[in-house]
Amino acid sequence: MHAVYPLLLGALLFAIGLYGVLARRNAITILMAIELLLNAVTINLIAFGSLLSQFPGVDPYNVGQVFTLFVITIAAAETGLGLAIVLMIYRQRGTAAVDEQRDLAEPLRGPVDETEPGARRPLQTTEAGP
Amino acid sequence: MNLFALLTIALPVIGSAATFAGGRDLRHARFWSVAPTAAALVTSFIVLAAHGTDGAYIATTRLAPAGSFTLWLGTRVTGLSAQVGVLVTIVATCVQVYSLTYMKHDRRYPTYAALVSLFTAAMLLVVFTEDLIVLLVGWEVMGACSYFLIGHYWDRKDARYAAIKAFLVTKTGDVPFLFGIAILGVQAGTFRVDGVLHWVASGQLRYAPLVATLLLCGVVGKSAQFPLHSWLPDAMAGPTPISALIHAATMVAAGMYLVALLYPVFLAAPGVLILMAIIAAITMTGSALAAFAQTDIKRVLAYSTVSQLAYMLGGLAVGGRSAAVMHLLSHGAFKALLFLGAGVIIHRVGSNELSAMGGLRYRLPITFWTMTIALASLVGVPLFSGFFSKEAILGTAWNASGEFAAPGRIVAIFGLITVALTAAYATRLWLKMFFGPFPEASPEDSRVEAPSTELVPLIVLAVPAAIFGFVALGQGFFGSLIGGDYGEAISSTLSADLRPAGITSLIAFLLAALAFLLVWDRWRRDPAADPAVLLGPLREPALEGFYVDDVIDFVLVQPTKGLARVVGFLDTEVIDAYVRGTGVGARGLGGLLRRVQTGNIQLYLAALFSGVIVIAVALIELSQHSAGQVR
Repeated sequence: MHAVYPLLLGALLFAIGLYGVLARRNAITILMAIELLLNAVTINLIAFGSLLSQFPGVDPYNVGQVFTLFVITIAAAETGLGLAIVLMIYRQRGTAAVDEQRDLAEPLRGPVDETEPGARRPLQTTEAGP
Repeated sequence: MNLFALLTIALPVIGSAATFAGGRDLRHARFWSVAPTAAALVTSFIVLAAHGTDGAYIATTRLAPAGSFTLWLGTRVTGLSAQVGVLVTIVATCVQVYSLTYMKHDRRYPTYAALVSLFTAAMLLVVFTEDLIVLLVGWEVMGACSYFLIGHYWDRKDARYAAIKAFLVTKTGDVPFLFGIAILGVQAGTFRVDGVLHWVASGQLRYAPLVATLLLCGVVGKSAQFPLHSWLPDAMAGPTPISALIHAATMVAAGMYLVALLYPVFLAAPGVLILMAIIAAITMTGSALAAFAQTDIKRVLAYSTVSQLAYMLGGLAVGGRSAAVMHLLSHGAFKALLFLGAGVIIHRVGSNELSAMGGLRYRLPITFWTMTIALASLVGVPLFSGFFSKEAILGTAWNASGEFAAPGRIVAIFGLITVALTAAYATRLWLKMFFGPFPEASPEDSRVEAPSTELVPLIVLAVPAAIFGFVALGQGFFGSLIGGDYGEAISSTLSADLRPAGITSLIAFLLAALAFLLVWDRWRRDPAADPAVLLGPLREPALEGFYVDDVIDFVLVQPTKGLARVVGFLDTEVIDAYVRGTGVGARGLGGLLRRVQTGNIQLYLAALFSGVIVIAVALIELSQHSAGQVR
């Protein structure tokens, strides 16, 4: 088989995954798209691995396939972790839309001097009055 | 003998260190300030006695090789250094004893006493050292001690300013002095005094006028000669015993000592001798006039010191090394006595002003008699020591011939004028202090005479002030004692005859008597008035020191301040503008970047990905480009 087919497939998968990561709002969809990205890469690894196996001595340990196994394992762990985070975010905020999680944005009024007393104090809740 | 010279230097050092170490323990400070200085007095007398009349005795040890030169730590005992050493230790001992009671109520007495000891050691180092670099060390330590001691009352503004002024003005002279010593030592190939002197005496010195002028700058600064004299009257803000020790008898005399020590260098430059004579003439006349107008007795004595130092410089300018050294010694004795006596009077009256004094003759009899001796010596009343030494200088100037003829005429004329002025201000001081009515202003009448610790130094100093001059009767005796006319390096056939003779003595005596009568007559008519009115329109300028400070301010200080302002402007407005600009620019760019940080993670990822693509494309392009070149 010509090497261009699996590479083309990989590129296609990568493009779909990239679109998913960059354009979708739902965090779970993004996680799925990340899986697609990883799989695109593993297809490339396997394709180059079998390509190199034609030359004896160049790749005696089948590094391409070994690393594919690594990537699959890590992808599983990553998905588990990511889903847990998404779950927590959803429970706290009632939404898993990525573009609404902007707490780390730079405040446009300028940075807050954290050494100043009271800069990070939580808002005082007024106790119930009379 | 050299061992005793070394001891003379070392004893005050030990005393100073022990006094410093003692903290505020008053008894400790008293013992360790007086005892080592007194011991140094004894050893310096042993040095003088052991030296006798001949030659230079040198003992050295290698201190440190410094490149192609070597520093030598050692002593060089000549007649000159032995005599000056005795003068220094006598005055220092007197001052330390005097300070026991005079500075009794001073909180900072231990520091004061330690600094006096350190100063004494530094002066003795200058006197006895064999190496010019070591001499320079002593010279600068003296300057530092002088700074600290003038600023002893640093809680007073005038004392602080006077200390800074004294330090800066003397440093102005010291910088050229350092260059002068460097040129001298590098040319001679050694910094040893003896080596330099013999080398200069052999006539190989090049650029002699330059070297002599540079050395003269240091002398002018240290010895308070015009135009660097104005620090000395202001230095009177220090304690009175300090004025006696440093600013009358020893430190200011160090400049003259240096000229006498390195005399062959100055002999090699006749033009500089004329310059010296002109400086001396201006200084002696001007400061004598200023002394006549001052109302503060310490300032009168300060200007008098400047004037008398100018006599020594004049004597050195006309080849009268022996006469100048003799005047240095007699002046050291009587001027220290005058200052210590002035201290007694100031404590008694509670004021420095002449107008607050009068009629002290009966209240302070011992002070009166000792100060009368000193003033008579200052004026040059016959048979007092100042008479012999001053007549020796005037006589040498009058009879000067050859290369000394031109400076001789200048010094003789202005010296004779100054004799009259000296008599005038001394008479005024004498009459205003001791005669006439006693002003009501005096705070207490209980203490009649000062304590004996203050009177004994007065009496001790009165002895050389009265009779030291008789060494001049020994014809060439004093000259041969200090190494001939021009020092040990140049052999002179016969030593200068220091006996007062000839027409100058007569003229000087008549002028002094005339001035005395004039001032006395003026005072007799109105004892309450100040005889300084005799100066007429000159009185105001003379009181202000002829506005030399203002001229220096206008010529040097203001332009320097203007330049400093320009530099300050360039610094804050030009250089700092760039520094601030980088900050402002970085802030602005940061503000732009901050707008990108929206918190939308997908935007970040898009930027990351496009960045990777850009880098990848750039790498491919670059590799193709370089591959193409190889091809």
